[in-house]
Amino acid sequence: MTKEKSKHNFRSDVLPKLVTVGPVTVLLLCLVLIPLILVGVMSFCRTDEYYNVVYKFTFTNYAKLVSPDYLKIYMQSLVIALLTTVMCVLVGYPFAYIIARTRSRKKKLLYMLVIIPFWTNSLIRIYGWRTFLGNTGWFNKLIMAIGISKEPIEFLYKTGTTVFGMVYCLIPFMILPLYTAIEKLDDSLLEASSDLGAKPVKTFFEVIVPLTASGIFSGSIMVFIPCLGYFFVSNILGGGNTDMIGNLIERQFKSANNWPLGAALSIILIVVTLLLVKLYQKLGGDMDDLGV
Amino acid sequence: MKRIKKEKRVKRISVIFCIIVYLYLFIPIAVIVANSFNATTSKPYLSWKGFTLDWYTKLWENTELLGSFGNTLIIAVVSTLLATVIGTLGAVGMYRYKFKGKGIINALLYIPVVIPEIVLGIALLTTFARGGVPRGMLTLIMAHVSFCVPFVIFNVRARLSGYDSSIEEASMDLGANRVVTFFEITIPMLTPGIAGGALLAFTLSIDDVIISYFVNGQTKTFPLKVMESIKSGVSPDVNALSALILIATILLVVFTQSGIFSGKHKEKSTRR
Repeated sequence: MTKEKSKHNFRSDVLPKLVTVGPVTVLLLCLVLIPLILVGVMSFCRTDEYYNVVYKFTFTNYAKLVSPDYLKIYMQSLVIALLTTVMCVLVGYPFAYIIARTRSRKKKLLYMLVIIPFWTNSLIRIYGWRTFLGNTGWFNKLIMAIGISKEPIEFLYKTGTTVFGMVYCLIPFMILPLYTAIEKLDDSLLEASSDLGAKPVKTFFEVIVPLTASGIFSGSIMVFIPCLGYFFVSNILGGGNTDMIGNLIERQFKSANNWPLGAALSIILIVVTLLLVKLYQKLGGDMDDLGV
Repeated sequence: MKRIKKEKRVKRISVIFCIIVYLYLFIPIAVIVANSFNATTSKPYLSWKGFTLDWYTKLWENTELLGSFGNTLIIAVVSTLLATVIGTLGAVGMYRYKFKGKGIINALLYIPVVIPEIVLGIALLTTFARGGVPRGMLTLIMAHVSFCVPFVIFNVRARLSGYDSSIEEASMDLGANRVVTFFEITIPMLTPGIAGGALLAFTLSIDDVIISYFVNGQTKTFPLKVMESIKSGVSPDVNALSALILIATILLVVFTQSGIFSGKHKEKSTRR
């Protein structure tokens, strides 16, 4: 009798859960949780003379993290990521506002035109910028043809150019959530504001911006965090002059072969991510708004 | 009068501003397309040597390049299928049942979404190396599934929130069992969410550089092939292939816009 009952319980209660939630649980444990724990463990390990990871406890990797060379690169990462986020807001907000509020019948097309470039491989587009901005590129040819400068202007390998490329890669993560937030705005609120005598500028800063602040928050998170890890943008446009923490990690795993040090550097990124997400939640942000 | 004049000026400024932003978005695309017609044959393929269509025919002889694109397609299709099945089942299960550790699973789902890709890449590399898994096609697919599943779940979950479970109950009352109900009732009702999630997973997989870069072993995907060629200069046939992919994508957009995922399209595209 009890056996019969437990069998019934298994079929009606346990089995459906196992079939539906089982695969995703295994996946998240094996391919997300355990790997991250391993990174944490490895950050306390050392390497032998053949660059193999030896699982023996040490703090040396963390001691290396505070070397002046690295501190300089953290500062540089912070500056680049902050500038990128600010530029994405300054360009993305008015742009999203205009295309979300337009009465044009081509609104849908305007929206799609934002997405289409991002269906081309991002590396080759960044390389396209390098070609365009290079000393023999179209932009310098244009500048010399107009007569602004006789010599080609060196655009590449500067912090500003890396920020330019980062903004290029990440701006859709700002525009798209803002577009959604702005499109949801209730027209009657804006009308009420202007009926009550507020000037458009005042309406914008006191009604529209606060109502769409959640979009600015989630967009900023989605721009700032990945920016720290986009090593290929600073590789292609910065040419080693604008290294970020992502470049340091990449080098430890791909050329310097010091995985434990790379793991310790990654822990910095993990901590920064956790802190920012916590802050975002504290400010009332919804985690579901972060899904691209 | 003054006000109308001012509004006109604001409008003109916003049009100019938008044109500049669109130029910003499309200049690299123009460079890619232009370089695919460049007759230059010497590295780094930067100077313009005249117009040619040769690269579009030479492209088909470059087996290495085509092979890498083939790998990208295989990985994208397989990992999209796997991620869609696992994600859909997971979303339904998490929506319907209570179980121990649900909060943890839910929290873990957000990790691949917010964490910098490089961290996930090196974490997976470490795990595969530690577990003795040879890196290649298999590890690439596993990695892609791991970062695609959360996006499928979020899309399906969005659809589930407006879901009427009384239809399922009716199906069961009428004698259909759980499995039949799932395939005949639940899945069809969730289709727009599933399709949106799958499309997103596919685009994420096809464009992935950073995670693939760490777990690929000797297998080259198209983005990794581009990365390799950047050091010596990207040859025009790579540009030609990119241009063809772009055209295919635009056709796909036009195709889906004209009603395949009708009505629900906006929800999907805002998630991209």
